[in-house]
Amino acid sequence: MKTFWNKYRYLFFRRTTQIGLLFLYFSANAWGWTVLMGNLSSSVLFNLVPLSDPYAVLQMVAAGAVIATDLIIGALIITMFYLVVGGRAFCSWVCPVNLVTDAAALLRRKIGVDNFSKRQPASRNIRYWTLGLSFIISIMMGVAAFEFISPISMLHRGVIFGFGFGWAAVLIIFLFDLLVLKNGWCGHICPLGGFYSLVGKNSLIRVHHNEENCTLCMKCKVVCPEQQVLYMIGKESIPVLSAECTICARCIEVCDDDALSFSIRKLVNDKKRESNNENND
Amino acid sequence: MKNETQSDRRKFILSMARGAGITALSGFIWSAYVDEVTASQLLLRPPGAIKEEDFLKTCIKCGLCVEACPYNTLLLAKPGDNKPLGTPYFIPRDIPCYMCPDIPCVPVCPTGALNEPSVTTKGKLDINIADMGLAVIDRETCIAFWGIQCDACYRACPILGHAITVEYHKNERTGKHAYLTPVVHADACTGCGLCEKACVTEKASIFILPREVAMGKAGNYYIKGWDKEDEKRLKDASEIKTTTEISKGTAIDSLNSGIGGLDK
Repeated sequence: MKTFWNKYRYLFFRRTTQIGLLFLYFSANAWGWTVLMGNLSSSVLFNLVPLSDPYAVLQMVAAGAVIATDLIIGALIITMFYLVVGGRAFCSWVCPVNLVTDAAALLRRKIGVDNFSKRQPASRNIRYWTLGLSFIISIMMGVAAFEFISPISMLHRGVIFGFGFGWAAVLIIFLFDLLVLKNGWCGHICPLGGFYSLVGKNSLIRVHHNEENCTLCMKCKVVCPEQQVLYMIGKESIPVLSAECTICARCIEVCDDDALSFSIRKLVNDKKRESNNENND
Repeated sequence: MKNETQSDRRKFILSMARGAGITALSGFIWSAYVDEVTASQLLLRPPGAIKEEDFLKTCIKCGLCVEACPYNTLLLAKPGDNKPLGTPYFIPRDIPCYMCPDIPCVPVCPTGALNEPSVTTKGKLDINIADMGLAVIDRETCIAFWGIQCDACYRACPILGHAITVEYHKNERTGKHAYLTPVVHADACTGCGLCEKACVTEKASIFILPREVAMGKAGNYYIKGWDKEDEKRLKDASEIKTTTEISKGTAIDSLNSGIGGLDK
């Protein structure tokens, strides 16, 4: 049996990063700390390095704004980071909405909502439609469209600068995920998640499945917020290649049989396997 | 087998149509909301803010200007404020802009939504040329216009004697007193709002409005012939000649035909 620490270490690190980042942003506004100023839309690290949300910047481009150099540098830094690490690492390691939707998913499992509502009536591709729609509206309205309704921004801005009615948006997402659709917001609708799924297509850090150790207990699939990426469980010893994986590492922790682990992706082999898979489908 | 593929195709077409329908519906609600929140005009932006329409495009809502402000003047629009979400603004009656000479809120802007050159003269930051809005006086409620002596706004003005001056007139009602009434000069006023903050009436009788709201526009037909600068506008003016046909009827006919006679 694994120790308690082994079962929750990644979760602990994730929560530390998420809350730590919010704390640094908060302290910049509250006490003038200069470690990390701004918010997740755009910020400055150590008063020097600009960091910007590449999705927000792309929407601004679509809206027809003149893009400043700092913004381009900031967006490139962030894009490069997630290109290597894995796009949706943002979702599970940085985004504060993950705290809310993970809580909803936990409560959903605890009260057994899925026992009486088995059907998941929505496609996980909605996020790509939302992504496309956000650019269309940005072009038409001449403003960065998602930034005006983003509950992600409402939450982190709320923590840093004060909530207003932003708590209502957060509550709605919690209830939506709890009662309407499992992993509804993060796993189906959020265009930022869709954007980062596209960014992380060729990223290096992957979860690897070792089929020989697997006892088919399916604990990994129960905790996974993007179950479809774990299609190979108990079938094939291959890495999780779908970029929709948020590399939250919960599957690694809950596995009692060491059938899942982090690995660095071997680009050449995996690329081949990926295309083979697609052909087979 | 053939029936199966047909129903598969039907399913596919149906699901695509459903997707398109839902996208159109949510797109409609989404754009209606965005249109609504960005329509708000009565907003005072930080110094150096570019034109409102471009500002909404360009501001990334990071709040760095808000954090840079040492007086907590700047606010980020929260859900429920009914202002474009996440964009910076200020309410002068609560906390006005104290016009820091080093304008800390402007250089931190990563996007150029707060434009440094627009508050720079001769390579130096110059808050006095900032243009956040324009002070407007309600002469009905300003007690100086009643004849009561008050120069709170005049004294509060950081560009004292230029943006607000005091004019003297005789008070005809008493016959022996003077009115000392404030006058705002639009060319010098930065819209910082210190006057609005200082105003002694219950609701401020001098207040800041965005320039687009506070000011009219004379248009191209009127030029100050005595002003060399203004006369330059004539240089690129193109000539438009209009001709009005002279009426063949008599003056009396024209008068009798009423307003309709003017059309003919």
